[in-house]
Amino acid sequence: MLIILLLYCLLGFWVLWSPGALKKYSALLIALLQLGSFAYFLSHVPYVREGFIKSQFISWIPQLGLDFHVQIDGLSLLYALLVTFIGALVFLYAKAYMKKYANKSRFYFFLTWFSGAMLGLVLSVNLIQLFVFWELTSLFSFLLISFFNEKESSRKAAFQSLFVTGFGGLCLLVGIVLIGSHVGSYSLSDWISASNEIKASSIYTPSLILIFLGVFTKSAQFPFHFWLPWAMQAPTPVSAYLHSATMVKAGVFLLMRLNPVLGGTELWMGILPVVGSITMLVGAYMSITQTDIKAIFAYTTISSLGVLVFLMGIDTKVAVKAALVFLVVHAFYKAALFMLAGYIDKQCGTRDITRLGGLIKQLPLTFIVSALALFSMAGLPPMIGFIGKELIYEASVQATDLGFFILIMGVVANVFMVAVSIYFLHRVFIRKRAVELKVPLVNLYVFGPLVLSVLSLLLGVWPDALTIFLEPALEVVRAGEVAFKLQVWHGFNLVFVTSFFTVLGGAVLAWVLIISKTFMAEWRKFNRQFFTINLTDVFFTTFTQVISYAVTHTKRIQHGYNRYYIMSILLFTTLMIGIQLFLQTGWELPKQVSFQPFVLTGIIGVTAIATLVTSVSQTRINAIIAMGVLGYGISLIYLYYSAVDLAITQIIVETLTLIMFVIVLKKLPEFSSYSKKIPILRDVFIALCFGGVMTLLALKALDVELSHPISDYFIQNSYLKAYGKNVVNVILVDFRALDTMGEVIVLAVAAIGVYSLIRMKMKQS
Amino acid sequence: MDVLLAILIGILYSAGAYLVLRRSVVRFIIGLVILSNATNLLIFLSGGLVEGKPAFVDESGYLVFLTDPSPQALILTAIVIGFGIVVFTLALYAKFYKVSGSDDIDDLKQTDTPEA
Repeated sequence: MLIILLLYCLLGFWVLWSPGALKKYSALLIALLQLGSFAYFLSHVPYVREGFIKSQFISWIPQLGLDFHVQIDGLSLLYALLVTFIGALVFLYAKAYMKKYANKSRFYFFLTWFSGAMLGLVLSVNLIQLFVFWELTSLFSFLLISFFNEKESSRKAAFQSLFVTGFGGLCLLVGIVLIGSHVGSYSLSDWISASNEIKASSIYTPSLILIFLGVFTKSAQFPFHFWLPWAMQAPTPVSAYLHSATMVKAGVFLLMRLNPVLGGTELWMGILPVVGSITMLVGAYMSITQTDIKAIFAYTTISSLGVLVFLMGIDTKVAVKAALVFLVVHAFYKAALFMLAGYIDKQCGTRDITRLGGLIKQLPLTFIVSALALFSMAGLPPMIGFIGKELIYEASVQATDLGFFILIMGVVANVFMVAVSIYFLHRVFIRKRAVELKVPLVNLYVFGPLVLSVLSLLLGVWPDALTIFLEPALEVVRAGEVAFKLQVWHGFNLVFVTSFFTVLGGAVLAWVLIISKTFMAEWRKFNRQFFTINLTDVFFTTFTQVISYAVTHTKRIQHGYNRYYIMSILLFTTLMIGIQLFLQTGWELPKQVSFQPFVLTGIIGVTAIATLVTSVSQTRINAIIAMGVLGYGISLIYLYYSAVDLAITQIIVETLTLIMFVIVLKKLPEFSSYSKKIPILRDVFIALCFGGVMTLLALKALDVELSHPISDYFIQNSYLKAYGKNVVNVILVDFRALDTMGEVIVLAVAAIGVYSLIRMKMKQS
Repeated sequence: MDVLLAILIGILYSAGAYLVLRRSVVRFIIGLVILSNATNLLIFLSGGLVEGKPAFVDESGYLVFLTDPSPQALILTAIVIGFGIVVFTLALYAKFYKVSGSDDIDDLKQTDTPEA
């Protein structure tokens, strides 16, 4: 199993980097890989039917309960078979479909990795590992949807789907971690054995809702469904794969996986049927008035996902059975229909249903295959779709409180499904209209849909073949309830009557739509006016508004005015130091001030005057001369207080600074006064406060008792160990030589900076 | 004398703060110079003032009443780094003036030129 996952990963890179001559076999190669793993999983069917489970385990971070744990049981086997089987057909289809496009190797790389991630997802039984694969599918579907990244709509659609599913993914992670930390393990088997304890604990409700959010966003449930129709921007093979067997089914998969852990409670049976049935109805209703044939199938996908979710919510044996059957049914016909839609698009150059027509003569095979797939979608006998729909009705009746409503909603939704199937068939194939074909028929396009449609038909006639795969899956979801019987004829009962009227209602609706020339147009108009709230617009509007809100508010702090930043820093520093000095007791200001020795007093006085002159001087040269006086004054102070090296350095640096200033200033303008009187007064006030507090700080510093063991060490060992008599020098070049090297590097960097700035200037002039 | 030095530090900080709040770039740079001088002096003062006993040792390797060498080593580094900063800022400013013809820090509000 692990080897298969590894193969997906490696062959993904192979198709990305393989030499050009081999590139045209990429699709075939991956299709073979899919087929090979399909065969591998198929070989496990008898084994799993015996009740065995095959698992592989690699310890990853055992301290955190993280292991790499994959497992083949009934449920993962069913999903793995679907993913690989439809995957193989999709790659064959992509070989034909993608022929003319650029960047094919990138496309196959994404799609291969996506398949691998999906396979990893369904095989995972460690929940954290499952989450990682879950996010990988989101990520790769983002890359696939945005494959035509030169189109803005593709980028927007991809971003939207990533944002929605990413949001759900984070919720899911929190939910998983909540339960995981409660149970103390992330292994599914531990969760199942702790099921009752989890349901009784206080974390059950929040974690269930968080996990549901993950499921609803991934499986496009109302009100998160809006990303799915937009995802049609992807190349059609991607749509056929993502919206039939993979991506969107991941949410339903998680519901099935966690049903033994979290299912059966009032909350579970309360939320899921409501959300699911609303989604079912919304999707089915919206699908009818779409004009883009891919959008029609996108909305019916939403509807079908709603069906699956509400079936899981009813949570009886029949409901889960119905869900499993419908899962397969839907995967088969929807993959087929998307592939056909892509083919029609290629042939006619349009996906607009109002411009299509009369294809029955030109594409008879496509017509037959489409008809089979659409009949399965409509739930007409003898397709497998019929059995699926019968089971859904049967399960709906069982829903505890809401049974009747759900049944009615299900009937209404199915009426729409039947109508849209017939309407589609008539519009695209039967009605008289000449549409020019663009490309000659390529059998590869129809191969996949043909296989899937014929399978849908055969399984409808011999449904027992399907039970082989579904029984073990049912055993996993609802332990102990295995007996599984599928039949076409259920007898003349309520379910059959409902089914009959569904078909009748759908046919009548379709007939009205076909006969009346204006009805459809009116309906579209009505929908446009009535459903003015477009969730996608809401999404993007909210998004831009959040950003603009953040921008306005950030601008208040990050305004770009240097002096206000400095002002904030100064005021804050003043305030903090002031508070600290005020709070700190046990020290006093010195009582008397001595002016001895007068030499030093003189130096300090001169320095102070020079400082004042520097700040108020209106000419540059005066300011700079005063600044020099100030620097030399300070160096004399250093000299007086035994800091010979400081004095020397200060004098050198001061001189160099002066020279630099004079050189640069020659090329620069005179001082200009930008500020008015009030800002100047304000700045003076701030500066005085700051200076005052710093004076207090200096006085406080005088009062601090110092102990300097490090200095003692330096003094004692300066000559003995470093053979230098000047301790300050020895510190710099020996004891702390590394720091000095850092300093030298800083200077070197500054020098390089100055040099390059000046050179740049010369080049320009 | 300590008190006078403390007052001088206060004056230096005030002048530095006032100058870095100016819009003229040259004044801003002079403010930086003064602020770094003020900080050096503050560290020097808090290290303790000792008259006429520089941190030199003789061959016996031990003299007790020396001035504290550690703050001096720190300040020495700070002076040199401060010099590096000032020189670089000056060069940057010269370049900025050459390109934009402006001496006003408020013209530095954007990272990009509006019409690129």
